[in-house]
Amino acid sequence: MQGFTYARAAGVSEALAAGREPGTAFLAGGTELLNWMRLEIATPARVLDIAHLSGLDAIETLPDGGLRVGALARLNDVALAPAVVARVPVLSQAILSAASAQIRNLATIGGNLLQKTRCPYFRAEEMLPCNKKQPGSGCAARDGLNDRHAIFGWSDTCVATHPSDPAVALAALDAAVITARGGGGRRIPINEFYLPPDAGQDRNSVLEQGELITAIEIPGSAPRSTYIKIRERESYEYATVSVAVALDLDVWRRIARARIALGSVAARPWRLTGAEQALAGLQPGAAAIAAAVECGFAEARPLAHNAYKIALGRNLVLRAIRLVAEMTP
Amino acid sequence: MLTGRMEFREQLDLTFKVNGREHSISLDARVTLLDALREYLGLTGTKKGCNFGECGTCTVHLDGRRVNACLVLAAAAAGREITTIEGLADERDMLHPVQQAFVDQDAFQCGFCTPGQIMSAVACIAEGHTRSDAEIREWMSGNLCRCAAYPQIVAAVRQAAGD
Repeated sequence: MQGFTYARAAGVSEALAAGREPGTAFLAGGTELLNWMRLEIATPARVLDIAHLSGLDAIETLPDGGLRVGALARLNDVALAPAVVARVPVLSQAILSAASAQIRNLATIGGNLLQKTRCPYFRAEEMLPCNKKQPGSGCAARDGLNDRHAIFGWSDTCVATHPSDPAVALAALDAAVITARGGGGRRIPINEFYLPPDAGQDRNSVLEQGELITAIEIPGSAPRSTYIKIRERESYEYATVSVAVALDLDVWRRIARARIALGSVAARPWRLTGAEQALAGLQPGAAAIAAAVECGFAEARPLAHNAYKIALGRNLVLRAIRLVAEMTP
Repeated sequence: MLTGRMEFREQLDLTFKVNGREHSISLDARVTLLDALREYLGLTGTKKGCNFGECGTCTVHLDGRRVNACLVLAAAAAGREITTIEGLADERDMLHPVQQAFVDQDAFQCGFCTPGQIMSAVACIAEGHTRSDAEIREWMSGNLCRCAAYPQIVAAVRQAAGD
């Protein structure tokens, strides 16, 4: 690990001022930053500890029935908050399926969104071709072992997936990322938060140097929602494919609105907008459901080793729709 | 020096509260809580396994919550309450009920993961995540055991939770 200097932020405005200087990294939970520094994925000159800043970890309800979750709220605290369990079970389930109890005690909801890919070529201790680690060096996964890689939205420069579980739930919930920065903060829809894989070298999101996530806002509630994660072991493992589904049913129990996001299939949580539109008006048990879900996979482009993710994703969405339709919120 | 004026420093004078005792040491900013405990405070009960947050063998309690000590900078833990495996037994060296349960249930072979397993189990029981064997397995999944003593570990957690 290369050397750096450390300071504890005195307050939010002091943190924003210091964070603008290139080479400064914010430290919240630290569960990613420490490993990035070990692997020299990140080599900040200055580490600014913001974990203790007060007022950024509250979980509050909004007038529209939605939720505002402070960026520094620890993952376990978010998942177990009664308002989260009742209003957006998909988020609670997604968080509890992520990492381990210990890591969820450290990791924050804001930091979780900024994880970098788990692509083994990117995380390798030795230097392998990876445009995200060393721009211009190529992509070892494009024609290498790519069974865990993307089926949507990839480019020849990068075929990696985003590893976050909570982000998939938040994408299905149409959440917004609230930020603060020197020139005024922003409200960024999470579905516009991540950059395409061939954009901006090691930048994965639209965040700028020194811009700080202060909260996540979730509009309304989604009591009829769930998260299902398929993985190679039952716990403490990244998703092979995961799905977040939120359904609104009308009085005839037809689908009024479906919101579906897949995880571990693209460089960001992937909304199946084609399927969502085709599902509107259908009974959850109808035979037409399968064809409607299939519409979401029209753009899928499998790599050499991951065509199985299409079948897995399709079956997972069908299972989640059945489960959610049977829920009695 | 960590409070008040914000100052970036490479060498830090830090005070830790470990197992109820205060320790003041000067450390490079890169030192993790795990290395501070083992290499500077001589508390080698906390083990260093993967050093990437993947194995759980470095589990300690920070302000009463279980965390991976390899994922915490020592500087970030300064001033906070830290409990390690050395802090569980009482002053007369009576084993903590979770330690006794691990002995009773033969919940280890080589013993390397055991301090982390026990620190995790103490927290797991305090959190109330012991209502079924499945729940114990899920909430203990952050602690790997390469000897695969998992059935005995679940039995030990179940025993201690019932005490």
